[in-house]
Amino acid sequence: MYVAVKGGERAIENAHRLLAHERRGDREVPELTLAQISEQLALGVDRVMAEGSLYDRELAALAIKQARGDLIEAIFLVRAFRATLPRFGTSEPVDTGRMQIRRRISATFKDIPGGQILGPTFDYTHRLLDPQLAEGFVPAQPASGEVSQAETPRVTDILAHDGLIEPSPQAEAEAPVGDLTREPLSFPADRDLRLQNLARADEGFLLALGYSTQRGYGRNHPFAGEIRFGEVDVEFFAEDAGFAVPLGAIELTECQMVNQFKGSATEPPCFTRGYGLAFGQSERKTMSMALVDRSLRARELGEEVRAPAQDEEFVMSHSDNVQATGFVEHLKLPHYVDFQSELGLLRKLRQEFAEANASESLKEAAE
Amino acid sequence: MTKTEQDNRRAQRKAAMAVLAQSEAAEISARLSAMALPDHKTLREPENGLVMVRGRIGGDGAPFNVGEATVSRAAVLLSTGQVGFGYTLGHDHEKARLIALCDAMAQTDTFADAVEAEVIAPLRTAMAARRSQEAAETAATRVDFYTMVRGEG
Repeated sequence: MYVAVKGGERAIENAHRLLAHERRGDREVPELTLAQISEQLALGVDRVMAEGSLYDRELAALAIKQARGDLIEAIFLVRAFRATLPRFGTSEPVDTGRMQIRRRISATFKDIPGGQILGPTFDYTHRLLDPQLAEGFVPAQPASGEVSQAETPRVTDILAHDGLIEPSPQAEAEAPVGDLTREPLSFPADRDLRLQNLARADEGFLLALGYSTQRGYGRNHPFAGEIRFGEVDVEFFAEDAGFAVPLGAIELTECQMVNQFKGSATEPPCFTRGYGLAFGQSERKTMSMALVDRSLRARELGEEVRAPAQDEEFVMSHSDNVQATGFVEHLKLPHYVDFQSELGLLRKLRQEFAEANASESLKEAAE
Repeated sequence: MTKTEQDNRRAQRKAAMAVLAQSEAAEISARLSAMALPDHKTLREPENGLVMVRGRIGGDGAPFNVGEATVSRAAVLLSTGQVGFGYTLGHDHEKARLIALCDAMAQTDTFADAVEAEVIAPLRTAMAARRSQEAAETAATRVDFYTMVRGEG
């Protein structure tokens, strides 16, 4: 436990002044604008929106600037800001099948209806540092191609036609949807709550857990059935207007993992699924999310729960980097009273140890 | 107004809102300022809030909460009685108010055609142009993978 301490107001104020000065850096160097952050550090902004659980590019860019590029600090700022706003309600569920696609790939079928579309990707780059980018680089205009009018069905829909993959779980139209921002976590948790938790979970934590399932800690046998990224329209049922009003479009990344089989005496075997969905272009995040979503279905699919990635209480209780950083970093706050009592206890133990040893050696000397 | 007429008008309002929500406040404002506007007042002051965005498990299954988005909203009342509503992603009071004004105008016989022709249609054209440019850039990255047979040749 830490306790409040008095004093130090001046020092704290000066520390924050110094922070503001350091944040600005060399004043001869032009100041970063929010548009520069949003446009040129776009994937950092996406991560702050996903894990801050708040879709707003400008606020995420501001948070990154304020946090000096510390993304977890920025996520913390965004979460704190969201708590100051009223909630108007919930959107109609978005339809990722009607995404304006910027990227869409499948590792399971090379010839998917609608085609494989690489989009803006780091894939197939050589990962060599590019000195041209250091200053004044003007990239060529993007190439133009012929736009296909073909539908782009989800790969899982194609598999579903032949019954080769389990269908997505359905719910009654008015069934309540779990919301961990409203109710504290309790276990066992249903898949809706788990996915909400994973959608805002720390990317590094999910990446490590997803990786652990590939290395044998809770085997999934995954294939990346499909990854798609692009804009999706959002609608909100406005009570005052009396109909679902369009709010605009948001960027989302979706990952459909196709995993090894389930089946029973009564049902033929079929592929199982893991699902990932997150704000922005967040491919590593949604792939990891889909792996962990699948491993957390162990209980439902009658698999033995042996690995961390299959343990929903372990995963969901440790996935949130704002909670995690709060608890780890609180250790640096004053713990003087706690520490004094531990110090007292240790002195007492050492004294007892010394006395015991002293009487022991007296005894030996006497013998 | 018959039920069908009402449905049609609602569909038109919704289509207009979709265009306005994806346009910049400055673009809407510039187009509105070039036309005669009806007498109006703000019925609900613009305010910022959150909408929880929902997805579906597997893309087509039961809904779940993905995360929140900021939303601005406002309502405008015309002196002729029509109430317009403005909703948009982001935190932009003025944009919400401008959308509400357009929505109110779209409900009048006097201004509906003008707001469609002077504001919505050009913005829709601009939006379609942005989208088709993006689609063309994206289409250029379409790839055909060939399977190389392993262990032969």
